[in-house]
Amino acid sequence: MSAPPTPSGRLAITPFESPAMPDLLIELFSEEIPARMQARAADDLKKRVTDGLVEAGLTYGAAHGASTPRRLTLAVEGLLAASPDVREERKGPKVGAPDKAVEGFLRGAGVARDQLEQRDTPKGAVYFATIEKPGRAAADIVAEVLEGVVRNFPWPKSMRWGSGSLRWVRPLQSILCILSDEAGASVVPLEIDGIVAGDKTQGHRFMAPTAFSVVSFEDYEAKLKQAFVILSPSERADHIHAEAVNLAFAAGLELVEDKGLLAEVAGLVEWPVVLMGRIGEDFLSLPPEVLQTSMREHQKFFSLRDKAGKITRFITVANIETPDQGALVLAGYESVLSARLADARFFWDNDMRVATSDMKVWTQALENVTFHGKLGSQGDRIRRIAALARELAPVCGADADHAETAALLAKADLSSQMVYEFPELQGVMGRYYIEASGQDTEISAVSEAHYSPLGPSDDVPVAPLSVAVALADKLDTLTGFWAIDEKPTGSKDPFALRRAALGVIRLVLENNLRLPLDHFVDRQLLRHKIHLNGDADEQDLAALRDILDEIAEHGVFGAAFRTVMDKMHESKQPEPGEGSLLRTIGDLVPDLSTNLLAFFHDRLKGFLRDQGIRHDIIDACIAMPGNDDLNLLVKRARALAGALETDDGANLVQGFKRANNILTQAEEKDGVEYSYGADLKFAETDSEKALFAALEAGEPKIEAALKAEDFTTAVSEMAALRPSIDAFFEDVKVNADSEVLRRNRLNLLSQVRKVCGQVADLTLIEG
Amino acid sequence: MTQPRSFQEIILALQSYWASQGCAILQPYDMEVGAGTFHPATTLRALGPNPWAAAYVQPCRRPTDGRYGDSPNRWQHYYQFQVIIKPSPPDLQDLYLGSLKAIGIDMGAHDIRFVEDDWESPTLGAAGLGWEVWCDGMEVSQFTYFQQVGGHDCNPVSGELTYGLERLAMYVLGYSDGNKMPFNNPDAAVPLTYGDVFHEAEAQYARWNFDVAGTDTLEQHFIDAEQECARILEQPADDPKTGRRIVMAQPAYDQCIKASHIFNLLDARGVISVTERQAYIGRVRALAKRCADAWLQTKAGGFAP
Repeated sequence: MSAPPTPSGRLAITPFESPAMPDLLIELFSEEIPARMQARAADDLKKRVTDGLVEAGLTYGAAHGASTPRRLTLAVEGLLAASPDVREERKGPKVGAPDKAVEGFLRGAGVARDQLEQRDTPKGAVYFATIEKPGRAAADIVAEVLEGVVRNFPWPKSMRWGSGSLRWVRPLQSILCILSDEAGASVVPLEIDGIVAGDKTQGHRFMAPTAFSVVSFEDYEAKLKQAFVILSPSERADHIHAEAVNLAFAAGLELVEDKGLLAEVAGLVEWPVVLMGRIGEDFLSLPPEVLQTSMREHQKFFSLRDKAGKITRFITVANIETPDQGALVLAGYESVLSARLADARFFWDNDMRVATSDMKVWTQALENVTFHGKLGSQGDRIRRIAALARELAPVCGADADHAETAALLAKADLSSQMVYEFPELQGVMGRYYIEASGQDTEISAVSEAHYSPLGPSDDVPVAPLSVAVALADKLDTLTGFWAIDEKPTGSKDPFALRRAALGVIRLVLENNLRLPLDHFVDRQLLRHKIHLNGDADEQDLAALRDILDEIAEHGVFGAAFRTVMDKMHESKQPEPGEGSLLRTIGDLVPDLSTNLLAFFHDRLKGFLRDQGIRHDIIDACIAMPGNDDLNLLVKRARALAGALETDDGANLVQGFKRANNILTQAEEKDGVEYSYGADLKFAETDSEKALFAALEAGEPKIEAALKAEDFTTAVSEMAALRPSIDAFFEDVKVNADSEVLRRNRLNLLSQVRKVCGQVADLTLIEG
Repeated sequence: MTQPRSFQEIILALQSYWASQGCAILQPYDMEVGAGTFHPATTLRALGPNPWAAAYVQPCRRPTDGRYGDSPNRWQHYYQFQVIIKPSPPDLQDLYLGSLKAIGIDMGAHDIRFVEDDWESPTLGAAGLGWEVWCDGMEVSQFTYFQQVGGHDCNPVSGELTYGLERLAMYVLGYSDGNKMPFNNPDAAVPLTYGDVFHEAEAQYARWNFDVAGTDTLEQHFIDAEQECARILEQPADDPKTGRRIVMAQPAYDQCIKASHIFNLLDARGVISVTERQAYIGRVRALAKRCADAWLQTKAGGFAP
């Protein structure tokens, strides 16, 4: 076996006799490692140690890591027994060079003069030095690498203990580090902050606490199992899951799957013993979400449900086998659960009392809860959302009064005791409480649904009321942070504004809503500005409120602003001067609005890119008017993307660009715009005439399709023009000598440009 | 170990166990605190290089936890048993498990677990890493390696154990209603339950905490404590009367404890909004930090001229 030379010209030389390839076993034994950190830590240990070994010249066959609450383990198979010797040749000065140069070379290479070799080269005799670096034993390298890894381990959070300075996730108790081959195992000599590596470990804390020695990974894993430790996290998880399903099945119940909890519980035990327990009768009437959350968050129990979906029992996982088969343990768990659920019951009863008497207590309490220092209280926020929800209701197909009511109540549960205790139940509790207060389920459902969608894979609400309030909620947050200039920057997005924007996009697209986003953004920005300037002159504030009303009439801020200015002018009120509140806001709101729309467009690009639509296609469509109607925008983009996949579509773009280039140049040169319309009577060639005919035939079809927003048909009708356009360019010289012919042809091209530019700005298409 | 039969036997067993492990058995601090950690024997002694080992019972008050004595497991006044050892010994987990055995918990019959729980006290500017210890799913103790107190890194690190005595006792004695568990020997001439001792006081304090405590007075007391703390710490280190260096860190810290408890009372009265809450916590933390700074200027805190 010969090793190739390394790039630097060094030669790796295989040891004369190839010894057995040893296996390496490392166990870092500590006090209990947080469950959520174990898997990552086992991976980090594997990656860092193996990287370090390879870097030092020790290649290996295979490596795998494992973890339990008290240990991180790494097994490396087929390691080189030593790193290879390395011989490096260095070319020195010419023979006969000044002594100084030779001495410098000797120093650099670390060899004596009599070790130099003279060799003939095309440039004459030259000194060569050969530097030998002997390989190092695996044990030395392992010790060095492991110490480095332990001292620099990337725990998300680490600590010191006692008087030491070493950091680990919890106190590191012992290190097992052995190399083993057919001849036996040997401990790697290593000491880190007083912890001397050995070949010993311990089993289960209570069931087999005596230390024992191991000679290999197989020996280690087998002895651990005898000592009541299952080393593999996935084996523990599989065991727990299988037992839980069996116990549930035997009781005629079904396990409520919870992968996150399963992984966590598998990280809390070394010897999982699965037990099924009962939930006290008094608590079975609590909502299943409350039972499940309380059991999961506080006790790490799995829920079991019956055929009707009611949660009636739980699964818990103990870390010990007891002589009474867990009877005492389970009794303890059941009584702890009862105490927990008694608290939940207490909160539920108190909350229901408020819900059924007067929920105003809660909404009033929210007046004193700050949402954000500048954006005011939760009460302020809820009122703004309700106002916007009213306005959004018609486009969402909801009743405006209902939308307002639903929005005013949707966050009331934030004052409830249950949500204080379990913040993750926000909205869910709202649904129960609002329904208990006597509202329709349509309205109560909004409380839970209006937070959605939370992530890219979360379901989007479809009920019109929920859609209206969900949109209003997200738009209020976005416009608020835009109004106070706290937009997301780089990786910083503490208020999850990107998620909110994607939420708006998905709500609009998936519900096929047609709405001018600008209109609603402007209104809400203005509402924030009115709130932010609450201490301004009453006359100014009145004017701002007038503008808000006018937006309803005029659609967007600019027109509304001008109308109010005109009115003030007519009634001989003094013009607001430069720097006045009205002027400042008048200047600011359109900019903020444009900026926020661009933010939506950016998120939309990402969203559509994930669906395979190129960014230049979206850009071309964003360049068209009405781009704040996201559905219209996406319709254009999809139609164009489809067309570009066809030959005709792709070539149409080329033809369009050619026409556009020629025209633009001519227009710039001549200083006129060629948009008079071409005249058939000046058409000379057949190709020219054919293009006239094609345009004449195509235009009405395209126009009709555009009117129906059938962009696919429009684009395919445009693509149908392609042969005529191609033939035109093939046969016709646009810049004819006759000025009349030239102008007519330019006007014809202008028509092509106009007709084909109606779905998207094709100049922005790449390629 | 014989099985304890009363609340007080559990306290006695813990005290004698930790005494046998070399801890000084201290008495409760004579002020209202929200947790045993507030005792200067923990907060202040965790600072600086000097070794320390102490254990004590600390009555604690959490006004918001009041249930008029009606809850089986929640009281606005309750007890913690606290152990603090600096530097944390390497076998602290085993020592701790030994204490559970000492109060009659059979390790072979119960499910004892160390579940991640990083401890942070925003009012004390303190943080540590450790676990809550579960016995059959019941949290029976907090186990913390102090990393920071009053904004200072702890070096060496103290190991802190906090036992919630009522919950632990209910578990060991087998009562689901804490008020019914025996406080003293159930065979005594006057057998008293926990409820006999505390039920009346719980109702009285719950009413006062929630509805009666004078908020204006309390707000003023808070300011007074804050100012007194600052005034104490402004004094020069050298005492003009004795001519000795006397940095009054602990009297100042008393004022910090006071402010913290007053804040808890105001919180229970429901007069602190969410934003104010943060501000109050920040003010108490500022006091705690200054007291910690001062403690490090004392001999007990490791100051060497």
